[in-house]
Amino acid sequence: MSATFLGTPAFPTAARTALADTQLRRNLAHATGTIRAKRAAVVGEVDEWERLRRAGAALKDRTLRHLDTYLAQLEESLTRAGATVHWARDAAEANRIVVDIARGHGTDEVVKVKSMATQEIGLNEALEAAGIHAWETDLAELIVQLGEDLPSHILVPAIHRNRSEVREIFLREMGRYGRPAPPDLTDTPAELAAAARAHLREKFLRAKVAVSGANFAVAETGTLAVVESEGNGRMCLTLPEVLVSVVGIEKLVPTWADLDVFLQLLPRSSTGERMNPYTSMWSGVTPADGPQEVHVVLLDNGRTDVLADEVGRQALRCIRCSACLNVCPVYERTGGHSYGSVYPGPIGAILTPMLRGVGHDTQLDSLPYASSLCGACFEVCPVRIDIPEVLVHLRTKVVDAHRGEPKVQNLAMKAASWAFADARRTAAAERISGAVGKVLRGTKRRAPGGRGVLGALPGPAAAWSDARDVPVPAAESFRAWWARTDGGRTERQDEDGGAQ
Amino acid sequence: MSAREEVLGRVRTALRDVPGAEKPADVAVDRPQPRPTTAADVDLFAERVADYKATVVRCTPEDLPTHLAAALDGVPRLLVPADLPEALRPADAILDEQLTTAELDTVDGVLTTAALGIAETGTIVLDHGPGQGRRAATLVPDRHVCVVRADQVVADVTAAVARLDPARPLTWISGPSATSDIELDRVEGVHGPRTLIVLLVG
Ligand code: SF4
Repeated sequence: MSATFLGTPAFPTAARTALADTQLRRNLAHATGTIRAKRAAVVGEVDEWERLRRAGAALKDRTLRHLDTYLAQLEESLTRAGATVHWARDAAEANRIVVDIARGHGTDEVVKVKSMATQEIGLNEALEAAGIHAWETDLAELIVQLGEDLPSHILVPAIHRNRSEVREIFLREMGRYGRPAPPDLTDTPAELAAAARAHLREKFLRAKVAVSGANFAVAETGTLAVVESEGNGRMCLTLPEVLVSVVGIEKLVPTWADLDVFLQLLPRSSTGERMNPYTSMWSGVTPADGPQEVHVVLLDNGRTDVLADEVGRQALRCIRCSACLNVCPVYERTGGHSYGSVYPGPIGAILTPMLRGVGHDTQLDSLPYASSLCGACFEVCPVRIDIPEVLVHLRTKVVDAHRGEPKVQNLAMKAASWAFADARRTAAAERISGAVGKVLRGTKRRAPGGRGVLGALPGPAAAWSDARDVPVPAAESFRAWWARTDGGRTERQDEDGGAQ
Repeated sequence: MSAREEVLGRVRTALRDVPGAEKPADVAVDRPQPRPTTAADVDLFAERVADYKATVVRCTPEDLPTHLAAALDGVPRLLVPADLPEALRPADAILDEQLTTAELDTVDGVLTTAALGIAETGTIVLDHGPGQGRRAATLVPDRHVCVVRADQVVADVTAAVARLDPARPLTWISGPSATSDIELDRVEGVHGPRTLIVLLVG
């Protein structure tokens, strides 16, 4: 009952498929628009927001530049607090550790709190392969899991499903895995949430082992923090006897007092609330309260490669708030699935290729191009990650990686990299491509799916378009469209003039 | 090589550009100034807790028993931490003497005190010390009635973090549990207590 992103086509192809899916686009536009407005309101309440952002960025830089020291300190404080610390070089090693702990307790199921790190390493699949069911307990994750689907947004992973689809999935699937949904279930969100509450409660009460991630890990005190809304996190962190937390090595903050900054930045940037409903913090084992066996798996899985990149390193400051997704015109119009990764949107476009390495996979290599470099992501990022800077840097790396190859694809890559490296050149190139598009649109043919595509292009792009269909350049350039419509916000659904 | 050594080794290699003499404190961090707590923060706290669709009742110590009785109305089986102050404890309350999870699931509500309240965010913090119960006790029952004294309210998150002890488990509660996972329609009450009543005393 799980799906993976393996085999996702390169971004342009996947994005074209998503663009055709109006339901997805409408849901995403609604979601991102709503969260954007809420975020702006609560960020506006904080007098010194900019100073807070700078503090957040500086604290993460301090941590990252001295990560070896802080990791050793975290290990020591966790151990002192009664937790067992494990180290995992890669996904397979982390999965093996979790599977062994679950097996050691003779259990065939674990309950899980939504965690991007465990999604990244494919933990659910590894557990299933070992005969252990992993129950996702976040409502959206439950919808995704029961629907044998993929998450599309960091914060609201089931945003591509509407209420009647959720009702159908619950009615059809819940009974197969536990307590069925009531047969008279309607599609009101409150009833759907109540069905999830009843379905999951029996699992919370029964489970012996829980798996979580952590939003933050305090080196000084060994405190882990999980920030959530529904209470499923509290259930997992409190009721089972054994708790395993998979924590990426970039999640550290130096001291307890530093957590203050992030507890202010995260909820306002993420759900647009002054504070999320529940935040749990624990330091190892507390006698007679909660799990009496606590494990922490410190995960590398490509993070040290990101750390080694002096420009790209800043991506490890990310606190996964998803604010950059919500302002990204490319994300809003193409959807989370086009990125082929658990990390979608602007952060995904830089983090995924750095975690997995550029130059060996067309899908990964196309991600740094999934942006217009408009800079909106940088402006909202609570830890000031200069995503456009890293995108440009990665484009150069992609081009370098393909240098000397006889593929003409290089030329297109190079051209794009040159054009995108400078904002003024980008604007000029887009104007030109808009003009060319006007001519070319006269000659377009229909692809099997009915999409408007171009056949072979002349010049250096010819070989590129031999291999794949190229979307028709839009009548209006992306930037012109963005300026005219305030990023699509003032544009009506039916007069869609943006990039195809 | 152990995974630990290898990961730490990779980290050190990755950080070759960081000068060996650099200390963590050399990376300057400039934080916003904390705001002192004022009398107005109690009002702000009440307002912001109510924003989350929790019920806030302000009362004097003298009125507390009446309001407490009202808040506990319709809770046939009430759980209280074994060390809840006598004065707060209704006669027929069930003491939490390490009830099993299944037993916890049979109670209808729980009454506790809190460690502090945060005005700016409308947050109640439990450090699960005396009167606050262990974590599961305020999670499984469907109603949580929480008594907060006005002098426990602090201005903001910074003040709260400064006052709390991270060696204790901490639960920060800002309104009842909620989800917006279905078409972004906010629904109060998924897994935690669906009703949160805060009695703000003093
Ligand atoms: S990159 Fe910044 S805005 Fe995007 S998810 Fe990470 S912290 Fe949030």
